[in-house]
Amino acid sequence: MTVQHDPSVYERIQAGEQFQELRRRYRSWAFPMTIAFLVWYLLYVVLSGFARGFMGTKLFGNINVALVFGVLQFVSTFLIAWAYSRHAAAKLDPIADELRDGTESRDEVGEGAK
Amino acid sequence: MSHETLSTILFLVFVALTLAITFWASRNTKSAADFYAGGRSFSGLQNGLAIGGDYMSAASFLGIAGIIALSGYDGFLYSIGFLVAWLVALLLVAELMRNSGKYTMADVLAFRMSPRPVRTAAGVSTIVVSIFYLLAQMVGAGALVGLLLGVHSQAGKIWTIIAVGLLMIIYVVFGGMKGTTWVQIVKAVMLMVGAALITLLVLGKFGFNLSGLLGDAATQSGKGDAFLNAGLKYGTAAQGTWGKIDLISLGLALVLGTAGLPHVLIRFYTVPTARDARKSVLWGIGIIGVFYLLTLVLGFGAAALVGSKTIAAADKAGNTAAPLLAQKVGQDIFGDVGGTVLLAVIAAVAFATILAVVAGLTLASSSSFAHDLYAHVFKRGAATERQEVVVARVAAFVIGAVAIALSIFAQSLNVAFLVSLAFAVAASGNLPAILYSLFWKRFNTAGAVSAIYGGLISAVVLVIFSPVVSGAPTAMFPDADFHLIPLSNPGIFSIPIGFLCGYLGTILSKEYNASKYAEIEVRSLTGLGAEQATGH
Repeated sequence: MTVQHDPSVYERIQAGEQFQELRRRYRSWAFPMTIAFLVWYLLYVVLSGFARGFMGTKLFGNINVALVFGVLQFVSTFLIAWAYSRHAAAKLDPIADELRDGTESRDEVGEGAK
Repeated sequence: MSHETLSTILFLVFVALTLAITFWASRNTKSAADFYAGGRSFSGLQNGLAIGGDYMSAASFLGIAGIIALSGYDGFLYSIGFLVAWLVALLLVAELMRNSGKYTMADVLAFRMSPRPVRTAAGVSTIVVSIFYLLAQMVGAGALVGLLLGVHSQAGKIWTIIAVGLLMIIYVVFGGMKGTTWVQIVKAVMLMVGAALITLLVLGKFGFNLSGLLGDAATQSGKGDAFLNAGLKYGTAAQGTWGKIDLISLGLALVLGTAGLPHVLIRFYTVPTARDARKSVLWGIGIIGVFYLLTLVLGFGAAALVGSKTIAAADKAGNTAAPLLAQKVGQDIFGDVGGTVLLAVIAAVAFATILAVVAGLTLASSSSFAHDLYAHVFKRGAATERQEVVVARVAAFVIGAVAIALSIFAQSLNVAFLVSLAFAVAASGNLPAILYSLFWKRFNTAGAVSAIYGGLISAVVLVIFSPVVSGAPTAMFPDADFHLIPLSNPGIFSIPIGFLCGYLGTILSKEYNASKYAEIEVRSLTGLGAEQATGH
């Protein structure tokens, strides 16, 4: 079941300061971070292709740079996922909740189940 | 008792359990939201497990362990792409999709566009990607039964493909998303427990000394230190610079493809809120990440304990590396009976893995057929919920039957490349359309249609003229040679082509709907007006 909102409700919210702040907080975190992890990953792939001497350097025992670099990709993936969930819970969810609940409770226009 | 008998018994137990789940689910599947999205009532953890169950295919379990066992480090490269890709899904796609869509990928793409052309394009792309993926899995199942159960006859392989196909049809037709999700959850738990058990035994044999394990693997492989570095399989010295570009091209398709795979995307609709979608991807990343770290140990462990020569002799692609390793550590630690039991367990887990993945693919393609092509294109939105679900069930049956037929036809061909092709198409066509839809105000119908067809067609055409289809001993048609491009992976060209087509299509068309963009933008970020869970 879905509540249908009048289209003007969305335009009104979109123009509002609160939504613009939500949008800014989301994009200014997610977009640069996406570029960062893609560059970090591509660096790893390019080095695996073109810098095998460096990747083969042994660090301790039989553990070489390639293995450590690969494991670091796992570590960075886990950390970025964790950081995003913290960011979203602290900075995004409260505004999203306020906008949604505020609109749903005082929304008189165009209500009705689909 | 032989390991073949024991495997078969364990596998039949899994089949009986999943069929029981399916019939329970069928009694709770009434509405369209139940069939397509499991009533949107799964928890974040449940859906996270199902994401793992949907994603960790036999190709990634047996395949990656096998590549590592035979070619060393290069298998690890594969798994890293598969994992990092989930960050694209987490940061840019999962929550926004959950908030703005309903049942299929096309719901988001068609949100502010002219519905018929966009849904047609998205439906075609969904079905093509799913069938590619499905074929690779089912042909793989036919080959696996020979390796794991000792069935080497042609008829045995064909019957295996038919049995796998029939089971997946039953799961989807009767269980819908609810049944399929539970099959994937059970499989994910089995796979994680099985892989973790073998990993612990392997590490235990080396006194938890990873360096010692790697040293033995390098020695036993006969390739020395090169075994612990990239370059024995992808971008080898013999392939020169093109081989290295091919490696980067593969990496791009893996990292960008996941967030455009239809069977992955529809998983986000099975939870009540966007926040649960986020939680499920977090769980998924944890499960998938740990799993790939386990396969790293399994692959190198197999090279060290079983030896690359023995593995290559059993199967050229190394698909039996993990089962052979299970048998070896079982034997060494618990004696012959232990070896038999562990081998049987891993073989049964491998079949469970295939079933769960093919069910997810069949569901994604039949949902898209019914919801996008039938309800919105043929019936122009006038179909009832009831008609849609009936059509979805019939479509699951037909798509399953087509997949069985194609797999039988393709079973003697090398079609393993179809998995990476599915990722390339998803990255080149679907991902640009999804990202533009969610983030670009100006995006329109012409842009969405151009992105999907541009990415899809360029990826497929590039692969047809690549060495994986003809002109190489390992090609799909090894005796023909019409290859024009030295690249096996089209991503490095087709992904930019997809994004560019989407851009050009958009700016060359005047269409633009500001109020619908306001709706999708506000809805995707706040969840206002998003589909609610259905209670039972």
